[in-house]
Formats: sequence, structure tokens, C-alpha cells
Amino acid sequence: MLGTIVKRLGQMLFVMFGISVLVFLIFFATPGADPAARIAGRNASPETLAAVRKDFGFDRPLPVQYALMMERLFITQDLTSFVNRGWKVVPAVLDVAPVTLSLVVGAAILWVVGGVAIGLVAAATRGSVLDRTLMMLGLIGVSMPVYWLGEVMNLITQSRFHGTWLFSWVPPLGYKPLTSDPAGWFLTLVIPWVTLATLYMGLYGRVLRANLVEAGQEDYIRTARAKGLSETRILVRHALRTSLITIVTLFGLDFGALVGGAALLTEVVFGLQGIGKLTYDALRSLDLPVIMATVMYASFFVVIANAAVDLLYVVLDPRIRKA
Amino acid sequence: MLQVRGLKVSFRSEHGLVCAVDDVSFDVGEREILGVVGESGSGKTISLLSVMGLINDPNAVIEGSIVYKGRELLGLPQRELRHVRGKEIAMIFQDPMTALTPVYTIGWQIAEQVLTHNAVSKRAARARAVELLSAVGIPNPEVSVDRYPHQLSGGMRQRAVIAMALSCNPSLLIADEPTTALDVTVQAQILELIQKLRRDFGSAVVLITHDMGVVAEVADRVQVMYAGRIVERAAKRDIFKGPRHPYTWGLLDSIPPLDGPRPHRLKSIAGMPPSLLDLPTGCAFGPRCRYSFDKCGERPGLAGSGGHDSACFLSPDARAAAWAGRLLDGKAVS
Repeated sequence: MLGTIVKRLGQMLFVMFGISVLVFLIFFATPGADPAARIAGRNASPETLAAVRKDFGFDRPLPVQYALMMERLFITQDLTSFVNRGWKVVPAVLDVAPVTLSLVVGAAILWVVGGVAIGLVAAATRGSVLDRTLMMLGLIGVSMPVYWLGEVMNLITQSRFHGTWLFSWVPPLGYKPLTSDPAGWFLTLVIPWVTLATLYMGLYGRVLRANLVEAGQEDYIRTARAKGLSETRILVRHALRTSLITIVTLFGLDFGALVGGAALLTEVVFGLQGIGKLTYDALRSLDLPVIMATVMYASFFVVIANAAVDLLYVVLDPRIRKA
Repeated sequence: MLQVRGLKVSFRSEHGLVCAVDDVSFDVGEREILGVVGESGSGKTISLLSVMGLINDPNAVIEGSIVYKGRELLGLPQRELRHVRGKEIAMIFQDPMTALTPVYTIGWQIAEQVLTHNAVSKRAARARAVELLSAVGIPNPEVSVDRYPHQLSGGMRQRAVIAMALSCNPSLLIADEPTTALDVTVQAQILELIQKLRRDFGSAVVLITHDMGVVAEVADRVQVMYAGRIVERAAKRDIFKGPRHPYTWGLLDSIPPLDGPRPHRLKSIAGMPPSLLDLPTGCAFGPRCRYSFDKCGERPGLAGSGGHDSACFLSPDARAAAWAGRLLDGKAVS
């Protein structure tokens, strides 16, 4: 077990190294992406360009540039932005990380609980009106773009119905830190959580239902029925348990991507200065140190989430334990 | 103990009502081993799944009467049927590789059934699991109880499935082709185990199979099914000594003889079983039967004497002649 974990950690480091090299090369070695030209601005004289190059170290060999950037990113942690000089990158990422984490973790709890509940109820009442209604609602949830749903939610809760008792509790857009204002933190995030979770809830509910229905055809479900178990027990202990692998796989991918910045649209709509927004702004100004830092942060979460999924597989399915 | 009368199972389909089991009646007595024989699609599994109430296809229509120990099972609500299933009547299935939930240990799965039907502690349920595993001949039951299905061989898994079926001392065990998926050597062990069950636990057994050899090994009485109907039933000795239905002859011919000259090739029954959508109006076996005549256009009823019934219009003399002629045929081929 310990060996597996150590091996897994080694793989994670290797993947992150690969990602950092790739990102570095894309921004430094791709023709037309000369960072010096971006920093110096349009119509810069060749002298200015050369000065900028020397100033930022772009005149040194690529491997040296890469090594220097990694050293300043991970070891001294004093890497500064190319665009806003003196703005330290690592604290910037660490500052916005809690915003995205709060948003995604809360939404994830909602969508996993909701999705599993929808899937279970729909599978248990297969073919009924309830089943069809749930599946249709799920489809609607999957189909609504998150930025549109977010704007509609804002329209309803911030303006049209804000005066009514229903939504008067909704605070203005923005983020309140959990440590200084827990109640505010919770209230500001309720609407973003619901918005982000809607899409995934529908998706997970539909996927789980399909899996449960498929599991219902399995021989071991017939055995369970022949044993005289109750339908609820068969559904939860036998069918759900074997269908969880799919849900866990999906969750690992979705969670990692969202924490890594894929929640950008939700962040923008609700005025949350999260990692997605930071990455987006950095990309627009080609601020390489910030891009590097956010990409490394994102890859860290994707890799961590996948490692956690692999460990969960082992817990869920004894057949994997041997390997 | 179990009386099935006029059981008819049909499924609504795009092409109309498909009748999978048609007017099937049979009894199972205490401590009796009844062999139900027939090829795939003959309705043997469906008729016994309906005894367990395990047909949950919304398009299935089940008619007739299934009385177990004086209690009508058909139409019983699922909640009450659950107390019969697993406790009074247990079932084991064909493929032990897929019959167990892959994510739980066999001990857990046996204990689950014990706990469902008995008010005992978890510790007692586990002890019972160990006891059952040792009764069905699994080595090191204390260790095996914590094994997952994938860690066991096919024969061991089938033993575990049988142990689970026995966990609540059922009076009736329905075994649906319990040896089909197993190696021949393991088959013999499992059959021996089934016989031991009756000795040690006093259970009656319904053994569904397509293998006449298996029937010859363990059954007391045999019932042959074809296209959803019973075509012949008798004590085992009678079926093997003087089978009356041409379909039974065909089944018996498909077993290689142990002595005498070796046939050039085994005889097979010509043709295919009829589609259940388009059954002949008369005898369902008629189109494949070498001995069919005008009267076979009508549907034969089960008739006979001394507990040996068959659904065939051949007169006793014609039958004797045909049976004898068949033996000559066999010799001629070799």
C-alpha cells in the first residue's frame, strides 16, 4: 500500500514536470509569442526590445530560463509578474485559491448528493412519471449554459425579486473570506453553488441512472433478489455500490478541472476573483510567470484528484487491489 | 409441498403475446429431487423463476396457480414474497462467475442473507457463514469467508452460492443448471453436494438442466419440457428404460453410450425448436418428429399410467415398435 502511494506520488511529480516544460515551451519557443515584444509594447524600438530582453533574462538559453523560472516559482517564491512589475505571483495565486476552492467544494457536495439522489430515485421508479420528470429536468440542467443560468440567477436574486422575502437575504456579488465572515461567506456562495451544481447534478443523475439500470440486468442482482433482500437494499448495497466507480471517475475529472480554473464562467458571472479569473487575465496580457503559476497550480489539483480517484477505486473494487 | 397448476407465462411483445410457458402443472414432494430437462427456450427456467416471483418484466403475464405449503404464491405482494424467497425457497443460478456481487466477500454475502431472515447478531451470522462454507466443502472456511468472489475458482464460487442458498435451511432448492458452467470433474462434485443436501438438510430440489447425464445421476423424477410444455414425466428409472415421447428419445440419443459399439456419430434431432411466436397448432414437436401422423395436428394432452405421463398420440404398440426400430437404426449407423 505504501509502495503504491509513493509510486503514485512519483508519477504525479513527473506529470507536473512535463506540464511545466510544455507550457514554458508554448510561451517561449513558439514563433510569434515573443514575450519581450509583448512587454515592451507596440512600436517599441529595437533598443528598448533588447533592453527588455536583457532585463527579463530572455537573452539567456531556454533551459536556463526554465530553470530560473522554476527556482523562483518553487524555491524562492519571489517570481514577479512581467506586466505589473513587483507583483509577486505565488502569493497572488494563494490569495485567490480559497475563492475557487470554496465555490467548487460547495458545489461539488451539492451535485454529488443531488446527482446520486436523482439517479437512485429515477432508477427505483423506472418508467414512472417521476423518473421521466427527473430525467427531463436533468437534461434541462445539462443543457443550460452556466453563464446564462448565472446571469438569470443574478437577475432574479439581485434585482427583480431581491425586494421580496424570498431573496432579500442574498448579499451583493463578491466574495467574503470564510475566516473573517463565515455567515457572509456562506450566503454569498449559495447562489453560485446552486448554479454551478445544476449542470453536474443533471449529468451525474442521468449517468448514475443509466448505470443502475444496466446493473439491474446483472446476475448478481437476480441473486440478491432471490435471497429475499428488500428492493432498497438491492439498489443501494448491490447496484449502487458497483455503479459508483463511474461516478467517482467522472468526479475526479470534473473536480480537478474546476478547481484548476474551469469554473471561470461562474467566477466571472458572480464577481468572484478566483483562479479562473486570474488565469484568464494573465493569458490576455501574456503574463508568463502568472500563467506558469496558475497552470502548475491547476495541474497539481488535476493530478491530485486523479490520484485520489485511483485510491478510491482500490477501496471500491476489491478486484483492483491485487494489481 | 409445491403444487403448480396450469402455469402460463407469456410476454407482451411487438409481435403479440409470446407464450413462454403453456399450461404447465407439476408437484414437488418433500425431500424429492425433480429433474426438469429441455433445451434452451423450452421454458424450464421461466417456469421456476415464476415460482420464486423473480420475473419482474413489466410485460410478463403470469396465470395459473403456484401453491407452496398450502399458500398461494402467485399474486402475493413482493413484501410477503420476500419472506419466502431465500428463506423457504432458495435458488442457485447457472453461472457462478457472475452470480455473486463482486465487491463483497462471500462471507459478507452469506451473512447478509442470514441477517435478512433471522434475528441474529452479526457475529452469529458470520459463524453461520463459516459453518456453511465448511458444509459445502470449501477448504479453510475461516479464511475463505473473507475472500472475494474473484479470488475463488468457478467450482468454489458455485459452492459459495450453494452455501448462501442453504443459509436459511430452505425446504426447496431450485438449481438452475448449476453445473453447466463448470469443468466436468467439478460438475460431479457439485452433483454429489446436491445429493448430500437432501441427506443432511432434508431439502427438496428442483434441478433444471439440459443434460440427461446429470438427471441420470441425481434425480428421482424427471420432467421433460419442450416449447413451454411438459411432454413427458416419469420416475427416473422409467424415463431411461422406456421413454415414451419421441423428443425424449432424441434427448437420450444425444448421450454417447458407455458400452456396445461406438456410434459413428451421435444422433441429433433434426430441425430447430419452433419460434414461440409461431407455435404449431398441434403437437409442438410435430414438425421435427419422424413419427408424426395426421392426428399430431391436434394438441396432445399429458396422459399415462403409473406416474408415467407423456403428451404423444402414438399408440403403445407403435411406440414400442418405433423405440425398438430406433435401436436398430443406431446399430445400422455404426
